[in-house]
Amino acid sequence: MTEANGALLAVKGLHAWYGESHILHGVDFEVRAGEVVTLLGRNGAGKTTTLKSVMGMVPRREGSISYAGAQTVQLPSDRIARLGIAFCPEERGIFASLNVEENLLLPPKVRDGGLELDRIFELFPNLKERLSSQGSKLSGGEQQMLAIGRILRTGARLLLLDEPTEGLAPVIVHHIGRIIGQLKKEGFTILLVEQNFRFAATVADRHYIVDHGRIVDMIPNADLGANMQKLHDYLGV
Amino acid sequence: MTEIFGVPTQALFGQLLIGLINGSFYALLSLGLAVIFGLLNIINFTHGAQYMLGAFCAYFLLNKAGLGYWWSLAIAPLVVGAVGVLIERTMLKRLYRLDHLYGLLLTFGLALILQGLFQFGFGASGLPYPIPAELSGGRNLGFMFLPNYRAWVIVASLAVCLATWFVIEKTKLGSYLRAATENPQLVQAFGINVPRMIMLTYGFGVGLAALAGVMAAPIYQVSPRMGADLIIVVFAVVVIGGMGSILGSIVTGFGLGIVEGLTKVFYPEASNTVIFIIMAIVLMIKPAGLFGSQK
Repeated sequence: MTEANGALLAVKGLHAWYGESHILHGVDFEVRAGEVVTLLGRNGAGKTTTLKSVMGMVPRREGSISYAGAQTVQLPSDRIARLGIAFCPEERGIFASLNVEENLLLPPKVRDGGLELDRIFELFPNLKERLSSQGSKLSGGEQQMLAIGRILRTGARLLLLDEPTEGLAPVIVHHIGRIIGQLKKEGFTILLVEQNFRFAATVADRHYIVDHGRIVDMIPNADLGANMQKLHDYLGV
Repeated sequence: MTEIFGVPTQALFGQLLIGLINGSFYALLSLGLAVIFGLLNIINFTHGAQYMLGAFCAYFLLNKAGLGYWWSLAIAPLVVGAVGVLIERTMLKRLYRLDHLYGLLLTFGLALILQGLFQFGFGASGLPYPIPAELSGGRNLGFMFLPNYRAWVIVASLAVCLATWFVIEKTKLGSYLRAATENPQLVQAFGINVPRMIMLTYGFGVGLAALAGVMAAPIYQVSPRMGADLIIVVFAVVVIGGMGSILGSIVTGFGLGIVEGLTKVFYPEASNTVIFIIMAIVLMIKPAGLFGSQK
């Protein structure tokens, strides 16, 4: 199933382009099964492009992306999804013309072992009350919960979350942090893009620093305190 | 003779019936256009030619293969829809990332080529197509005479329109379609084969045009220009209803057919222009159309 060294997802020498712009210049990193890993970096460093490349959503990609032993760099995104990877976009991607229930049930089951609806409502009680509301009527926090909730029932084991806390009130950020912790306990593997490294530090095992389309460093969460100065330099905060 | 607003009821109801018949075809055709525009972002100017192909397909099936109306109703949409799928695979799919204008030019060009070929092969005059025996004759409703075939066209197209609306708005498959209309990239990233869905949607929209063509054959005759004349009005219907709106295309299709019929009774001089006058007014007041949402 996994690479020799135990990685569920292994990315090597990944290049990616949007039209003429060359965004990623050889990205290398890996995520082991059951880990929560973040990609940290400044705006425009290539974090989202890295996630979208793993998901197959960037038109031109080269290099190697292997998931559970399968090479995916040239596969279309629907085939990648069916291997068990799910994506939660930064802009949430809630469909305005669908109600909450339709949004929640939209992603098809790709594998056995996804969460039951009842369990998803336990994690996000608000969703249950708003099932018949139109997607466009939700608050930002509710949209984020729906965006995460709907990829939990598909059976995907690797979740790609793009800035799940962006623009949300502290109490909701806290709630999402707890959810990520519970998902990790249930055996999900999570690759997270974050600007907010204080939030990342509360949920992740390791952090990769992305800069100018490359991975420039890896910091285990336990060593974060000792590397604060370095991190500030990387992120320019 | 009884009169309403100084018009004999026979004439009034007769024109209403013609309006409903025309409205049935407006609705079927604008519905196909709406479905195609929603997902493909292509303004399918070949639609009128595909409607004509449906009628010719019925004509060939009858005269070359001996297969009658009911067979044509099933076969013609499949055949013409398959031709549509071929067009989508080989040509349209290259245009999705480009401006609307390219799709419009390509489909318009295809329509001219198809109409030209059929005009070359069969001349400009209409070929007759008989009303199926089961639906010949009619009934006297007391206030008017209702030909059975015309009643069938209205009922059948209403049923097809409502079934399409139901599938798109109320089923799982429809939720994929609506979601892909908003954000095809994300829907594909959920594991749905969006390119195949787009291909089949185009085939379905084209199939609807062909179905309308078969239903029209016994009423309007089969001629290479039949679609070109109709499609201009249908585009006005689409603009009034709101580009891409499913319910809008059905309601405005039937509604404008009736308005056109009534205009023929009360002010015949305006009957050819009334739809375009309504279009101009709607565009001034609600540019996205009656049922459209502003983007």
